[in-house]
Amino acid sequence: MDFPALRELAAGNAWMDILPEISLGCLALFLLVLEIALPRSRHRWIPMASILGQLAILALVLARFHTGYGSTFNGLLVLSRGGQLMRAFFLASSILVSILARSSLPRQRVPRVEFHHIVLVVTAAMMLLVQSRNFVMLFVALETVTIGLYILVSYFRTNPRTLEAGLKYLVMGALSSALLLFGIALLYGVAGSQGLPGRTADAMQYAGLRSFLEANPHSFMAAAGIVLVIAGVAFKIGAFPFQIWVPDVYQGAPTPVTAFLAVASKAAGFIVLLVLVTEVFPPYEWLVGPVLTFMAAATILFGNLAALKQHNVKRLIGLSGVSHAGFILLAVIPAAHSPAAAGAVYFYLFAYLIASFAVFGVMTILAGDDDSNQELGDYAGLAKERPFLAGVLACGLGSLAGIPPFVGFAGKLFVFVAAFRSGHYGLLLVAIAGVVVSIYYYFGWIRAAYFNDEPALSAEMRRRLAVPAALTLRVALAALAAASIVLGFYQGPLGRLVSGH
Amino acid sequence: MSSPFFDPLLIAVAAPLCVAALIALGTPKRWVVKLAYAGFGVPALMALWVWWNFGAAAKESHGYAFLSSRSTGLDAFGIGLKLGLNGISLPLFVLAGLVGFAAGLYALQSKAERMKTYLLLLLVMLAGLMGTFASVDVFFFYFFHELALIPTFIMVGIWGGRDRTYAAMMMTIYLTLGAMLSLLGLIAIYVKSGASSFDIMVLRDTLASRPLGEVAQNHIFGLLLFGFGILVSLWPFHSWAPLGYGAAPSSAAMLHAGVLKKFGLYGLVQIALPLLPLGALHWGRDLAALAGLGNVLVIGFVTMAQRDLKQMVGYSSVMHMGYAFLGIAAGSLLGVSGVVMLMVGHGLSVALLFLLSTSVYQRTHTFDMGQMGGLAQKTPVLAWLFVAATFASIGLPGFANFWGELTIFLSLWYFSHWILVVALTGTVVSAVYGLRAAARVFFGPQSEALGRVCAAHPPSDLGWGERLPAFILIAALLFIGLWPRSFSAGINAALAVPPPAAAAAR
Repeated sequence: MDFPALRELAAGNAWMDILPEISLGCLALFLLVLEIALPRSRHRWIPMASILGQLAILALVLARFHTGYGSTFNGLLVLSRGGQLMRAFFLASSILVSILARSSLPRQRVPRVEFHHIVLVVTAAMMLLVQSRNFVMLFVALETVTIGLYILVSYFRTNPRTLEAGLKYLVMGALSSALLLFGIALLYGVAGSQGLPGRTADAMQYAGLRSFLEANPHSFMAAAGIVLVIAGVAFKIGAFPFQIWVPDVYQGAPTPVTAFLAVASKAAGFIVLLVLVTEVFPPYEWLVGPVLTFMAAATILFGNLAALKQHNVKRLIGLSGVSHAGFILLAVIPAAHSPAAAGAVYFYLFAYLIASFAVFGVMTILAGDDDSNQELGDYAGLAKERPFLAGVLACGLGSLAGIPPFVGFAGKLFVFVAAFRSGHYGLLLVAIAGVVVSIYYYFGWIRAAYFNDEPALSAEMRRRLAVPAALTLRVALAALAAASIVLGFYQGPLGRLVSGH
Repeated sequence: MSSPFFDPLLIAVAAPLCVAALIALGTPKRWVVKLAYAGFGVPALMALWVWWNFGAAAKESHGYAFLSSRSTGLDAFGIGLKLGLNGISLPLFVLAGLVGFAAGLYALQSKAERMKTYLLLLLVMLAGLMGTFASVDVFFFYFFHELALIPTFIMVGIWGGRDRTYAAMMMTIYLTLGAMLSLLGLIAIYVKSGASSFDIMVLRDTLASRPLGEVAQNHIFGLLLFGFGILVSLWPFHSWAPLGYGAAPSSAAMLHAGVLKKFGLYGLVQIALPLLPLGALHWGRDLAALAGLGNVLVIGFVTMAQRDLKQMVGYSSVMHMGYAFLGIAAGSLLGVSGVVMLMVGHGLSVALLFLLSTSVYQRTHTFDMGQMGGLAQKTPVLAWLFVAATFASIGLPGFANFWGELTIFLSLWYFSHWILVVALTGTVVSAVYGLRAAARVFFGPQSEALGRVCAAHPPSDLGWGERLPAFILIAALLFIGLWPRSFSAGINAALAVPPPAAAAAR
């Protein structure tokens, strides 16, 4: 047998382009080897090995940040600054998920090494996902991510709520994949049909599809395909009207997995959408613009209004995440015309990563044996007895609410500026109403932790907090809180990265 | 003027922040108080130094002095930490320094629970205030305002009195709405001007050569008017203010009512008027009607009906903001310079009134004016200071407020006689409630309830911890009242540079 493409690749040394992804895969396998090779008493070192390995890979990504941009693997992948940013983003979030899991998993009777293994595989797939410029590649990477997440979501399999979450995520995920696939099939089919100008047999490739769409800017079939593709991606980012799974799944999933879903999976969806909107769909802006505008407005309103009445913090943060998806969409819409808007998306995602993990970290520490059952009332007296945790929580929530001096404010500002530049004034008014509403529930959370009239932790919370949190987790939380403040004052490095200077 | 080694504006912002950081990182208890003195004192010293040297300092374009600029990595967006003062921001910067020092001293002598956190939040708030008025960059102007605003919410929520949770929530939502609307207006200026810079000086130059169209100006000014208006408790968006001030701990109320609330007016005077003169003209009548009838008359009568001392001070501060809005609505140099004077005078006097009413409460254990009376015999210094503060707030000659109100009234003469009549009625109203409050609390027969409280806790006169901040505030009020030129010269010079609304109308 002869594989000319593979031989070509081997000769061109293209494998080096995806070294971070390959290293992650190898690290994932290495963890399984360690589990077999090490005696049982040493198994608790395996998560640490995973974290250290990921840190090394992160260093590798950062060291080669500005090298090797361009198309590779016959155009399946395109390495770019945005891709490098997202590699670092996914690594940062997987490191934080591993740190959270290290504290969270031992409370449950579940195997631990597999969890870390799957997180690594999913992370590698996310990296490929955001760099793919081909629908086949996109779908394969997306399925790898999704299947890994099916397992992770239902990881605490003795908890009925977790199983419910797993089932819901499976059904909804499968549906979204089906929609996406149907959309791709329509686009591929119409692009290859006889008699249309610009017909191409290579419509799986983004560039090929783009040139076809430019030649046929008003094809009904193509429009239907585009809407279906957007719908498939909208499931991932939890945008209206495909947000309905969010509260149940976020509540039932183990907290580290909730964080992974909320940050990394959502970011992956956004970058896929961003790439599609900027590189493939511009000829159909007459369609994509209104669809996304409606989606953004509805997402902001739904997320904020639904979050108002939540008492369970996991549902609350899930729904607040829905509203954040709406805010990010504000900058995705004009991204086709403005690099600054695309930069605003990246900046917002990083700000969201920092703020969300600060909150999820505190949630992990406060979680009891039933991970899905965390109420606002559990936070009563936290500020008095655990000022560090309360401070981190306040930094995270303040940043999510978009209040200076936290980094979330800069993120919101750039998004608003981008939306204003493109003239979406009505959408901005909706967004501002959303921010004001969101203040209510973020403030309610802060109030639970700080202003409660009975400033003492309940006996149950005392028991949960009796075991001090792991040092790595506390260091990570301190670093996140510090980052949210420092980047709020001095957006320097991140600002330069997103503005491309 | 500012050398790379001595930048008084940066020091004034950074010193409280550094002290706050040190406290947060766990300084031993005995150091906290000393550090806090430094944190509250340094900005006041810097403010006085800047005020003293302002006349001689080299002025750059638009009358700004002490300019310094630092990159925060967002040069591509036209954002940078640029600090500087002109004649409009200088008086407010000094006001922030003085009131901040007084509020700090008052907080240090109070026996608040969780003192460390309290001081920390006050210091952060002070840093935000100094930064707001020293910022030449609109991004940081807004940023520092929010930095000062957030601690207010937390302080009301933790150390507040009655209904503190409700008050904190209401303030948060109202003020966030105001802040978001004004942010939208600022973004609008940034984008529509085409300057791609948040620097006020650049924005002014750009808009002077290429003014915005009238429709755009009207819309943006409307956004800013209602955004900033909510922050300054423009009627009918004022209901957060009396409630919030009634619940807020005294030092937070002093800083918020005295200084932070002036942010909205300052934004209108420094940003909205010079950049959007046509918008100001368009909204002038409506603003005058809202503020004149709503803030001055309606709230004036509401204030008269108050029985609660702290609520009354809160409502009176809402009412006096009406005069400031009228000065802006008049749209003349005279009116605007009156607004700046009034901001300073009102900031000092309302801070003093909040301080004194808390001191009254500590002696009477109630804010209900019906259950007081005759306190002057037991606490003469407190009574004397309270009466002086009331005179200042009414606007009697000799105090800073007088010059502010007088210039505003003069400017209203050229704007609308009817509005002037309304405004003058307001002074009578404010004299009625101010003097009646002083009479009810300090003079006349002692009420039975107070008699019981006094028997249980014999009241003592003001201690030095309370006297010192009060003396600082009253001295500043008298100083400006007797020598207004010390502040008005700079204001006039700054206003004369960019032509405000009246000039553009011609």
